Amino acid sequence: MHLLDNESGGHGLRPGAFTKASSVPKILANGQLPPPSMDHLDELEAQSIYILREAFARLKKLALLWSLGKDSNVMIWLARKAFFGRVPFPALHVDTGKKFPEMYAFRDRFGKEWDLDLKIEPCPPIDAVDPTLPPAARSAARKTEGLKWALTKYGFDGLIAGIRRDEEATRAKERVFSPRGLEGGWDVRDQPPEFWDQFNASPPPGAHLRIHPILHWTEADIWAYTKRENIPIIPLYLSKDGKRYRSLGDQDITNPVASTASSIDEILTELDGTKVPERAGRALDHETEDAFERLRVAGYL
Amino acid sequence: MNMILPTAISATPNGTTRPQVRIVIVGHVDHGKSTLVGRLLHETGSLPEGKLEMLKAVSARRGMPFEWSFLLDALQTERDQGITIDTTQIRFRTRSRDVVLIDAPGHAEFLRNMITGASQADGAVLIIDALEGVRDQTRRHGYLLHLLGIKQVAIVVNKMDRVDFSADRFKAISDEISAHLIGLGVTPSAVIPISARDGDGVAEHTPRIGWYQGPTVVEALDALEPARPLEQLALRLPVQAIYKFDDRRIVAGRIESGSLSAGDEIVIMPAGKIAKIKTVESWPVTPLTGSHGAGRSVGITLDRELFIERGDVIAHAGAIPRDTRRIRARIFWLHDKPLSKGDQILIRLGTRESRASVVAIEKAVDPGELSNEETKAIARNHVGEIDISLAQPIAADPYQENPRTGRLVIEVNGRIAGGGLVLSVDAGQRAVPIDIVPVESALRPEERSARYHHNGAVIWLTGLPGSGKSTLARALERRLFSRGGSPILLDGDTLRAGLNGDLGFSAQDRTENIRRLAEVATHLARNGHIAVVAAVSPSADDRAAARRIADTTFREIYVATPAEICESRDPKGHYAKARAGTLQAFTGIGNDYQPPARAELSIDTSAKTVSDATDEIERMLAETGILFDELVDLAANI
Repeated sequence: MHLLDNESGGHGLRPGAFTKASSVPKILANGQLPPPSMDHLDELEAQSIYILREAFARLKKLALLWSLGKDSNVMIWLARKAFFGRVPFPALHVDTGKKFPEMYAFRDRFGKEWDLDLKIEPCPPIDAVDPTLPPAARSAARKTEGLKWALTKYGFDGLIAGIRRDEEATRAKERVFSPRGLEGGWDVRDQPPEFWDQFNASPPPGAHLRIHPILHWTEADIWAYTKRENIPIIPLYLSKDGKRYRSLGDQDITNPVASTASSIDEILTELDGTKVPERAGRALDHETEDAFERLRVAGYL
Repeated sequence: MNMILPTAISATPNGTTRPQVRIVIVGHVDHGKSTLVGRLLHETGSLPEGKLEMLKAVSARRGMPFEWSFLLDALQTERDQGITIDTTQIRFRTRSRDVVLIDAPGHAEFLRNMITGASQADGAVLIIDALEGVRDQTRRHGYLLHLLGIKQVAIVVNKMDRVDFSADRFKAISDEISAHLIGLGVTPSAVIPISARDGDGVAEHTPRIGWYQGPTVVEALDALEPARPLEQLALRLPVQAIYKFDDRRIVAGRIESGSLSAGDEIVIMPAGKIAKIKTVESWPVTPLTGSHGAGRSVGITLDRELFIERGDVIAHAGAIPRDTRRIRARIFWLHDKPLSKGDQILIRLGTRESRASVVAIEKAVDPGELSNEETKAIARNHVGEIDISLAQPIAADPYQENPRTGRLVIEVNGRIAGGGLVLSVDAGQRAVPIDIVPVESALRPEERSARYHHNGAVIWLTGLPGSGKSTLARALERRLFSRGGSPILLDGDTLRAGLNGDLGFSAQDRTENIRRLAEVATHLARNGHIAVVAAVSPSADDRAAARRIADTTFREIYVATPAEICESRDPKGHYAKARAGTLQAFTGIGNDYQPPARAELSIDTSAKTVSDATDEIERMLAETGILFDELVDLAANI
């Protein structure tokens, strides 16, 4: 496990620590390996790589939404695996300007180290957002608007997003390839059928698709894979003074949860026993019963 | 109750190496799917803290009694209508595994969502209301489980409290649904009486169902197994893309069945091109060694540059899928507009897409109805069998041979509109121009094999000049003729004197020479004769092409006599001339002979008499179904 830790001196990083990954079993001297039987993480990885390659093959102009969190970092890692080291499309960070300093430090370092084609797009001021939404949801909706701006600016026809079914009930209903309307909206009542890894990848002109390569992963899967692959993380996920962040968003609408987990192993043990939902610290999920769904129908992630 | 969360920390802290089983719950609308799921979550202690209280509060605020199904119906619209409109996935854990429950909508309106959910499942629970009994959507879902290839099905008869826990009522429903499913080739693993609302039969046997001896729902779920990757089947690697990000040319795809390793000889279908896997590429460590099995997303490089594209299927020589432009399929249809004869559609099979037209429609029925009224078009939510003509050749297998490359989806206007199983594939339609109409023989193959006591075959003897091919071929011809058969010798040099007189010894001409030999031999084999081909045929590619042409009739014999013995024999004086420099392009002196890797038989004539070698060939032909002695044996083969 490696951390981006602002308090560890220098520019806050342990040099060289990020380059070694342990994903592949050691190759024996005589070049022989027993036939690999896939474990659960292998299956998840293979499925995600398949989805990423399908998206790259079938859409014209893709971008990967990089929120800097644990999920989208796993997603970038998977994209590098799918495409043999380099992500062949831009990583888009729709920046609310209100993220934690640790997140910006992480972005600046790994955007370079992972050789990403990083595009940073701003969000509109809060005044430009639907005033009928509750405060936190309204704040989060800036990101939806920022996303629409970026879509218009670049003309992407596919956006790869790191949402998961286990995070939240409306996300559980998502398709892997999820069509969006011309305004970026999600018509949950008229989702096309999707089966046998055959995806609907023909958005009408002007509309776009959301592609969800880690939809089938769980929070515990993300951490177990992060550990196995030695993927760097932002230190805010680990316990400090009895608290840690389970999910990272804007500073003003994201709260830490009580936790003593100070390593990925301890996080996994903690998740094994918890019944508290992952997004408990995300204010916007809890303001009203349907605030999150309204956000998503309008094009939020 | 064996489904509670373990209190101790499990051996693998995150459960990631535990088997995961995905189970879909299907059945008629209002028969209680969501209630059962809610109850299961409660019984297994899987509910998030405060969730039950929150939902009870929501119910109270809306002035409704609490329903277990509210747990899943997270969307506003659903709570208003009281039905599940899309699939929801819920996870929980047993002692031995992780379970993903997929709750699929029962409303006919949302069959596409039921299919979306059920297609991801390893097993299914079909739920039936004890009061209402088997309904149209029960039957329809049962039929779709069959079409989706789901073999493990448990039946739950719910709302037993509404029929006073009557054992007779339970048996009547159990008999009806079992008969329906078994008729489709799906045998239920259990039929369980329950009350999801009260909990009887879900995790516990209660006195009210004291007459029932079988498993509870929880026990039945524990008995469903995760689907296994198809490593035992032949290799199928549909190509997703070719990447040239650096100096490597990587062919990327997911292994759907079988396994591969660097060094394997492969065939790229439908074109039938031959290559060898040079490396298996990966990141961050590359290349990889060892065998890579079904389920893996891989990238390979090949030993030669050839045209390969998305949609091609990579297989091993000798076990290739068929290439075809005609497919017969059993499909379900989800589009508003019925599918009719002559319709233009888009077919997706693996990573290949092809325009296609519907040539014929048969057996179009509503699987929900009892009377199977057949029509000429397949309406929405109905099933049927169709013949499809494809605009370009594709590689496919019948679904009984390979469930992954034996299924397809149909797209209309860029949206998936249906899907189904490949029942059969018409091979050999490729490259036949439409203005050629081959005339079929007046005789049936059985008539010929009854007379000759053998089936048609192409026996291909390959080996260095002087290895003994012609000698063996002549001995074999005599042997087969004496037992009443119809062997015909096709010697490479003899054919070069006539049919192939226009060909020289360039690589290109050699390839064409082999192709013609194979075509003639195959024509003879199809008409019941045994064509015995004796030809050096040094190129592995050329021989693989011959095998493709002759298909299942092909028997390759490698005459593996050591090179120095061949040269010492030199029956035609060619080695001497080549050594003297007067014979160009002679195979034998150089290293241009590529020995076969997968010949049916290998014979070293320096170590055997001609008679022994002929015995060996005869034995191989008998063992591989070409020769048979008596009708008794024939019957045994049927």
